Amino acid sequence: MIKRIFIFLMLALMAMIFFNLAASYTENSSLSKLGLYYAEKGPQELGAPNLVTAVVVTYRGLDTLGEVTVLFISAAGVGLLLRRTRRKRGDEIPTREALSSDDLERGDRAEETAGVHKPASEIVETATELLLPMVILFGIYVFINGHLSPGGGFQGGAIIASGTMFLLLALPESHISRLMIAITESLSGFSYVVIGVLGVIMAGGFLDNRIMELGNYGELFSAGAIPLIYTFVGLKVGFELSAVLDRFRKEDTGPV
Amino acid sequence: MNMIADIPISLIVLCSGLGLILTGLWGMLTQRNMIRIIVGFSLMDTGIHMVMVSIGYVTGGTAPIINDAVPMAEAASRIVDPVPSALVLTAIVIGLGVTAVMLSFAVRIYKARKTLMIDELTESKW
Repeated sequence: MIKRIFIFLMLALMAMIFFNLAASYTENSSLSKLGLYYAEKGPQELGAPNLVTAVVVTYRGLDTLGEVTVLFISAAGVGLLLRRTRRKRGDEIPTREALSSDDLERGDRAEETAGVHKPASEIVETATELLLPMVILFGIYVFINGHLSPGGGFQGGAIIASGTMFLLLALPESHISRLMIAITESLSGFSYVVIGVLGVIMAGGFLDNRIMELGNYGELFSAGAIPLIYTFVGLKVGFELSAVLDRFRKEDTGPV
Repeated sequence: MNMIADIPISLIVLCSGLGLILTGLWGMLTQRNMIRIIVGFSLMDTGIHMVMVSIGYVTGGTAPIINDAVPMAEAASRIVDPVPSALVLTAIVIGLGVTAVMLSFAVRIYKARKTLMIDELTESKW
């Protein structure tokens, strides 16, 4: 009971703080100094129409690298926590598919096919085949146009991961190659850092986007290295989130 | 009706955000089911994002994208602050990573103890 009162008291105090905050709130009528600098100098300096992208990728590029690292560590943590413990089971019936796949994946496949999955209907299968490429294409569109329109690497990556989610929901037996995920993810992460170091050598500093021509303002191939960086970020985020989703699924399909 | 229209839009977002923070905090403190605690965390996270976005709003401002709709010369007076938006973008991704790790901990605890109620996990209680 004392605990309840204590919680209630704490929430009431928090609510009081928040109420004062909201009561004395006045809407900004002009930009902050930093925002003003970005608004005035950003387009000329970096050639990126989307100022949020300019801030995320270039002005605060190091923070974004840290962010990608945090996401990587959390994906690795999920992978570590939900890693599969291989159990010996005598009653499993290996199918043709399981036998043809390589040794490393054999356990996974056999356990999955031994589960009680009802196969997806033809309508679901056809719709998945039709829609999945479109979802992934839309994700790629979003991260390639990150410097021109609302969007960017993280959003595009999330859309690609939603495509993976779609695949896993529609066809739970489908197999996602973990090796492909690992290779794409590490290559794009590595290229991201290489571009950052190139910025130190060829331009003004780490992750400076002016290592390439700024190009015509507002065109797809403009704003220096921003589309390139966002492509790598998008691929990395998309594959990392797909790996996380895959981990959560694998856990579920195994026998209890 | 007129009184409601006079409230600035960012104040509405701010108040909803603060409300979400309180709801999430209440959920985290009172719920005993781990999944519900994680949901509470997620709510609080979303609330914080809303508060941050509302603070960056400038009266009458539009998205900070300088193209035909917002010419470069008028940019400084017509866009919202891009810095909080960029910060929220980072915060959303970090929140997602933290939620994923918490959920996988919950899965592991459930596998080991067959329960999601924190009352039954007494080792870390004092």
